[in-house]
Amino acid sequence: MEINILEQITIPIIKILFIAHLLIIGVMAMIWSERRVSGWIQDRLGPNRVGPQGLLQPIADGIKFLFKEDLIPNHVDKPLYVLAPAMLLVPAMITIAVVPFGGDITITGLDDPISLQIADINVGILYILAIASLGVYGVVIGAWASNNKYSLLGGLRSSAQMISYELTLGLAIIGVLMLSESLSLRTIAEEQGSNMWEWNFLIHFPAFLAFTTAMFAETNRLPFDLAEAEQELVAGYHTEYSSMKFAIFFMAEYMNMIVGSAVVVTLFLGGWHFFGLENIGGEGSILSGIISFAIFFIKTGIFLFIFIWVRWTLPRFRYDQLMNFGWKFLLPVALTSIVVTGTLWVVTNGNRLWIGIGNVVAAFIVVAVVAGMLALDNNSKSSTQAILDAAPLRGLDAVE
Amino acid sequence: MTAEMILFFIFGAVSLIGAISVISFRHPIYSALSLIVTFFSQAGLFVLLGAHFVAAVQVIVYAGAIMVLFLFVIMLLNLGTLSAQGALTGKLKGVAVVLGILLAAQGIFIAVNAFTDTEVGSADAMERATARVTNPIETSDIGELLFTEYLLPFEVTSLILLAALIGVIVLVKRDNQTES
Repeated sequence: MEINILEQITIPIIKILFIAHLLIIGVMAMIWSERRVSGWIQDRLGPNRVGPQGLLQPIADGIKFLFKEDLIPNHVDKPLYVLAPAMLLVPAMITIAVVPFGGDITITGLDDPISLQIADINVGILYILAIASLGVYGVVIGAWASNNKYSLLGGLRSSAQMISYELTLGLAIIGVLMLSESLSLRTIAEEQGSNMWEWNFLIHFPAFLAFTTAMFAETNRLPFDLAEAEQELVAGYHTEYSSMKFAIFFMAEYMNMIVGSAVVVTLFLGGWHFFGLENIGGEGSILSGIISFAIFFIKTGIFLFIFIWVRWTLPRFRYDQLMNFGWKFLLPVALTSIVVTGTLWVVTNGNRLWIGIGNVVAAFIVVAVVAGMLALDNNSKSSTQAILDAAPLRGLDAVE
Repeated sequence: MTAEMILFFIFGAVSLIGAISVISFRHPIYSALSLIVTFFSQAGLFVLLGAHFVAAVQVIVYAGAIMVLFLFVIMLLNLGTLSAQGALTGKLKGVAVVLGILLAAQGIFIAVNAFTDTEVGSADAMERATARVTNPIETSDIGELLFTEYLLPFEVTSLILLAALIGVIVLVKRDNQTES
């Protein structure tokens, strides 16, 4: 097999380096915007002293983290304690490898067009689910290795939460996969046309909501951040971590958010398409590549803003509410979307409009039925008893 | 030596080391983590065989879901380090010896077969394997086979899973009733 050094080795390495650095810069931008947007939402200023508008604040934070003493408490399980932050960061980082940022671009002088994606593997979406499911180990191992009851409780909560919401995450996308007839993220993004009404989030609206909610839970963000609930668990699974190790946990959380938003944009929000804007300068030209990249970037940015917005809008769930919500509302909605999409696809011969309407109606019915059943169930026993029954990991008594 | 060969040896070595670590570590958490490493490198071996779907499912189901439950239980029960004697005593030791001999016989049988069978490692077989790698098995092919040729085993498996599911619910319900 003849190997073309430039096309098979150099260009992929450039792509990988570019995306990896973009991800890290993205984390810095997220830290800045989280603090500034939080300030804006709470009607205060937020950090604005370091650099113009406080833009250099993340760098100041990073330097501070790096120069702090790297403290390893005596009572921890040392090998796993050191390993845990990496186990969280690596899965967060490598998920981006299958996300497509745009169509192919042709550069004169090269034989093959360059695809704006690190790797187009034919089971792309399964790869994302697989890597995402590994992310939980960083949290769980970090919590266990800390040898601290608060950390352990955080880890236990996190593992139960991740397993529960992973199911919804996997099931909600099956409707999308059925209509795209592919597991490759590139094909899924290409199948959605240029116009907004062709994007998947309208066709699979309940699945879109379920997927987004499950993703919030997977990234441990409010209102699902029970693993690190300050008021109950100090800081949850990273209580014992300080300096750069804590910073890595922090970075992994933001990286998960960025990658998760990119996946939502690819699956449901049309990827790099925006009303034909992505084809300016002709299909496959460098200009169109840059524009589609920018479109993808802006869409991801808007979605990340929603992450921050939700954080300051919704209060944290109680543990039993979290489990009830995941198993009794999100999972049925995701399952219904599979049945309805499949049935209507056959009955209406793949008419997207009817599938979209059917999905929403069915989701409403399912939610109403579940809510009714829960109400009947609650009436039959006293409300305090119901809460006690449904809250297995609320206090320290769970570890005895 | 092709890139595939190098990767094969890396993944093979890692999965062997992981498997040995599972039984050599004293602490259950370390054993569980080693098992995850083994599962993960086996997924790598599946990718080398062109079975991308199986590799992804291997990671999602075994490394991602089942082992999280293992860790969850180990952490919840707060299992300590095993003593030097281990948990194998009395009757269990006999069972372990018998099973171990059976497993060793199986391994030897496969190894002998692989070395004596001319089919394995022949140019013809290598060619087929290379063709497999360059044309990975499509997920849609697996789906089609499951719903046509292997429909009966598929349905039987789903029935078994359903029975297990109902069993779990019944067990949990009974616990709740005795408590109250």
